[in-house]
Amino acid sequence: MSNRPAYSNLMKKIKEGHFVFTGELEPKKILDMEEIIHSAKEMKKTKRIVSANVTDGPQGDAYMCSLVPSYLVQRDAEIEAVWQVTVRDRNRVALFGDVLGAAQLGIKNILTLTGDHTALGDHKKGRAVYDIDSTQFCQMLAIMIDEGTDLEGNELKGGKIEMNYGCVANPNSDPREPEILKVGRKVENGVDFIQTQTSFDIEQAKEFLKELEQFNVPVLLGVFPLKSYGIAWYFDNYIPGVSVPKDLLKALKKAEKDNKGDKKGKYAAIDKINIEFFEPFIKEIQKSTKAAGIHCMAVEYERLFEPLLSDFPQYVE
Amino acid sequence: MIITQQKGIDEIYNMIKPYSKILIAGCDGCCQPPRSINEAKTLGQLLELKAKTEGKELTWKATTVLRQCDDRIAATSLRPLIQEYDAVVSLACGLGVVMLNKVFEDTLTFPAQESMCGGVQNIGENYFIEYCEECGDCILAQTGGVCPRAGCAKHLSNGPCGGMVDGMCEVGDYTHPCAWVDIWKRLKKFDRLDLFKKYRPPRDWRTSNSPAFITIYKDYTNVEEKEEEAKS
Ligand code: SF4
Repeated sequence: MSNRPAYSNLMKKIKEGHFVFTGELEPKKILDMEEIIHSAKEMKKTKRIVSANVTDGPQGDAYMCSLVPSYLVQRDAEIEAVWQVTVRDRNRVALFGDVLGAAQLGIKNILTLTGDHTALGDHKKGRAVYDIDSTQFCQMLAIMIDEGTDLEGNELKGGKIEMNYGCVANPNSDPREPEILKVGRKVENGVDFIQTQTSFDIEQAKEFLKELEQFNVPVLLGVFPLKSYGIAWYFDNYIPGVSVPKDLLKALKKAEKDNKGDKKGKYAAIDKINIEFFEPFIKEIQKSTKAAGIHCMAVEYERLFEPLLSDFPQYVE
Repeated sequence: MIITQQKGIDEIYNMIKPYSKILIAGCDGCCQPPRSINEAKTLGQLLELKAKTEGKELTWKATTVLRQCDDRIAATSLRPLIQEYDAVVSLACGLGVVMLNKVFEDTLTFPAQESMCGGVQNIGENYFIEYCEECGDCILAQTGGVCPRAGCAKHLSNGPCGGMVDGMCEVGDYTHPCAWVDIWKRLKKFDRLDLFKKYRPPRDWRTSNSPAFITIYKDYTNVEEKEEEAKS
């Protein structure tokens, strides 16, 4: 683990030894923040979700920037943000400037990502930047935080920035070895934590977590509760390398069919399926691995937080 | 080889519409697929046909040049012909088109091709893969001879990214191999994963940014040293 101080609540809670949860917010093509703030407030209420990730143009789509909503959820929902930053759209000059700006706004966590290519998104003709890659971005952050300079060694006036940053890892990657070696390079560049892509396969997740142990960096395993059959189907078909178990897909389809016209009944049935799948899954991870916590990507599915996490202790003020 | 792809006939025709006598110049150099005399003739016939449908007469002649990007070769091959024509259509890559415009200042040369990349033909017909993007900062020694700048859609120096699935790249709908998996396979084969594990710091894009003004016999490190000196 890096010797860097815990600047963020996320890192403080991990260092205190809590099994932590992070949530996920996805600002899309929106003009108002109501839903995002509502979702963030629901996370806060659980007292179990310490921070909320704010995504940066997932699938390469043109969405609201991630910095402003990160600031707003901290201000209006009083939950700490994990500001997701891809290197897809900004060169090193812009990234540096954004990080300094974020420090000014009180952002404490950054999740560094390469970012899905623009060719996958809704502006396919756009030029993808990738001036520096996500590992190099980690190096940039290490320098800004630990040494108080930019990549060229020019000093930041007023000292060093106080932030923690993480990287992602993909338990579904095949072949696995290059993925692990790549994570190793990021660890070498000072990441404080790792959040993983989602896994529905407990054995695969355990194996992956075991392999990551060598880095001695806290890992939050990604889980993705499925709000509807449609989302599950999309995930199964369109998210790289992820497959949703067939039984889960079937159960969701059936729940929607059986409760046609009955919204309440449908929600209850879908929530039950998710709780029955993910609660034991999370407990097993907590019990039999060294994972520091769970990154719960229940985007716009805030009603699940309370029932899903009710068995876990509250540790957030 | 320079991989080129022919522009649509309407687009080429629109370029030469104001002219009635055109010279169509193939190139026997490194264009792939071939863009030589036969291709020049075919293009001439298509343009003539197109002109006819518009009720126009088009006079054309097809020729070819050993290498259009070589100014002396281009000059000696085309000088005897060029006076007789209003314009030239070049089947070469962008280098050839620029060179003909330079060498023959009084004649406009138009491109018939999209210059795609520097590559070699891969397996199968009609499938080309970019092998080198002439970045001026070669890292093939670290990557088992597979280029992650030309071959990786995100130009990563420390891949693979999370978009790799079963060894294939997210760009191109998982039909192209991930360059970083190829690099890993290659280095593993030679027991050189030490090279794979190595962290590569941010790249110096000055060597590949356009326009490139290059003095080949200058040592690049001198630039750095001078900068260091100036700083101190
Ligand atoms: S999948 Fe591989 S080749 Fe494609 S962008 Fe990612 S690292 Fe590059």
